[in-house]
Amino acid sequence: MTTTELPAIKGVGTQATRLYGVLALVALGWVFVGGLFFTPEDVVQGDAVRIMYVHVPTAWTAYLAFIVTGVASACWLLGKKHSMGFDRVAGASAEVGVAFMALTLISGSLWGRITWGTFWVWDPRLTTTAFLFVTYLGYLAVRGLGGSPQQRARRSSVVALLAVLEIPLVHFSVVLWRSLHQEASVLSPDGDIKMDGIMLFTLLFGVFGFSVLFAWLVSHRQRIMAMHDAQRASALEVAMVDRLQEASS
Amino acid sequence: MMQPTRVIDFVDAVAVYNDYPALAGVTFSVDRQEIVLLQGPNGAGKTTLLRACAGLIPVVRGSAHVLGVDIAIDRESIRERVGLLGHQNGLFAELTIAENVDFWSTVVGATRAERDAAMQRMSIDGKLANRRVSELSAGQKRRCALACLVVRRAEIWLLDEPHAGLDAKGRDEIDLILKEAASAGATIVVASHEVERAQQLASRTVSLVAGHVRGVS
Amino acid sequence: MTMSVSRIAQAVAVKDLRIELRSRIVTNQVLPFSGLVMVMFAFALDSDDVLQGVAGGLVWLATIFSLFILVQRSFAIEVSDGALDSLRVAGVNPQGIFLGKSISLFVQLIALEVVLLLTAVVLYRVSLGGAGLVLLVTCVVSATAGLAFVGTLYGGLTAGARGRETLLPLLLLPVVAPVLISATRATEAAFTSNGVTVSEGWPWVAVLAVFAAVFGLGGLLSFGSLIEE
Repeated sequence: MTTTELPAIKGVGTQATRLYGVLALVALGWVFVGGLFFTPEDVVQGDAVRIMYVHVPTAWTAYLAFIVTGVASACWLLGKKHSMGFDRVAGASAEVGVAFMALTLISGSLWGRITWGTFWVWDPRLTTTAFLFVTYLGYLAVRGLGGSPQQRARRSSVVALLAVLEIPLVHFSVVLWRSLHQEASVLSPDGDIKMDGIMLFTLLFGVFGFSVLFAWLVSHRQRIMAMHDAQRASALEVAMVDRLQEASS
Repeated sequence: MMQPTRVIDFVDAVAVYNDYPALAGVTFSVDRQEIVLLQGPNGAGKTTLLRACAGLIPVVRGSAHVLGVDIAIDRESIRERVGLLGHQNGLFAELTIAENVDFWSTVVGATRAERDAAMQRMSIDGKLANRRVSELSAGQKRRCALACLVVRRAEIWLLDEPHAGLDAKGRDEIDLILKEAASAGATIVVASHEVERAQQLASRTVSLVAGHVRGVS
Repeated sequence: MTMSVSRIAQAVAVKDLRIELRSRIVTNQVLPFSGLVMVMFAFALDSDDVLQGVAGGLVWLATIFSLFILVQRSFAIEVSDGALDSLRVAGVNPQGIFLGKSISLFVQLIALEVVLLLTAVVLYRVSLGGAGLVLLVTCVVSATAGLAFVGTLYGGLTAGARGRETLLPLLLLPVVAPVLISATRATEAAFTSNGVTVSEGWPWVAVLAVFAAVFGLGGLLSFGSLIEE
């Protein structure tokens, strides 16, 4: 058996990903230092406001990830060539999105415990986010169902687009449900933060940093997936040779 | 519509099942109204070849034409004209034979006369027709499944081990049915372990080994 | 010859319902199961006031639990002897299969819900007026249509897959959340539980109708590619 048929990819980094990596590192380094030491504490929330520098960017990135998954799935489905690259980006983005959404939910509930005295409130935004998280866990489970790469791409792209239909319905019904109750007003401290320059700067830098981190993770992850597919393809070639030998023996 | 004499034409066809090249370059052709026997050890790719001919499994390399249609590009348009009877019969156990055949007649748009003719060809009489599939013998189930195939007016019959699990009488019945179908215009590809029996039936034997065609006789 | 979608849908629905009438899975297993769930809720909550307040929610929760069983059963019929494969080989229009299976699921769910609602009236002593009844019927019909569509859609996706018993609830639960929320509120309004008036229930029925329309259309468009290999 020969190993020469394996693709000669040594790593999954490129010039571009190294640039993203450095940018993300610098930005997140600032968020760490600035968020913990240079920014002042909030009048109302105190030190708890510092959670925001992680919470808001991860939430933003998670939503961005699911938008990328939806768009890439649509591109796969509508594209004439059904390019597997779109499928890999959709899958990689959903994986990263689920991880960021878990961070969002954890950091959010910790913040809620400190500020509101409770880990969870049935606020529409929170509830929709939790449903989004479970929905994309289901999406990843569908990707793991097995079958050929084409079958996986077809199934998961349809599920991703159904999720796009589902999320507004979930959000709308939760909003309508919560509008009957008045508890949601505990959210108001969120709007009361007086953002001074350095706080806003750190927050925006956090959004930037996490977005670049997202791009870095997705480009690596989808390249790993591409290598995995290439490995499957080369294993297939080996099996083809084996079968030919078996048939002619 | 032009009726090509060559109804199945595979050249170096590769089909992948569970990441494994079940067909690793099959060159194989069948002419109209032929009865062809596929034989070979387990895992040689007989089932995959039949499923690929039916358009169920994609052919990823090489060329594959069924009824003149390139099934690497279009797996759907041939489906109404091809019938596959696999290891499973595709029947609903809680329904009677008549109800099963009726269901298939309706979904494919067969007429009442076609339905009755199909039942008659499978020698399913009124008494047998009203028995539930779950109560039938293996041979009766096969006949019911074949009746469902007949109402679909399939031009190509792809049969995977049609003799499996049947007694001698049942096997004879199947052979008779296949001969009649071929003389009525159908093209038949049979995968079978019953080589001697099937050789009497078939005009040609194609031997599959490890996803390749090794011999034609 | 290609058959019309409605003829195929009708044949599939009649076939499914006939099988159901003979195997009696719904009447002998699912109905007792969901009835028991209602009784267990009563044990767990143990207060007439609370039960009257949450009756609507319990009916719909029991319906959704039963939905998983019904969907699995609906596709077990198709895959146990390879019938779904045969339907695909025969090129039977998947839209017809989708509609037919949705209709049979709809009928079975309605039968189940009628029993559950009667149980709620008897066991939890909720009251129901004329205006409430009109709201309730509309709510049940539109909610059930939505449940039948998403159930068929995700049932087709997981049919024949390994681990489908556990995957189906994971996929379905978040999707049916809007139905649970909306149908529960509308049913509460119909029962005038918790001081809600009947007219407050109608906006929820609108949500249910939109849900059913969205997933009915989504299912028609995508069911074929979900069951394809």
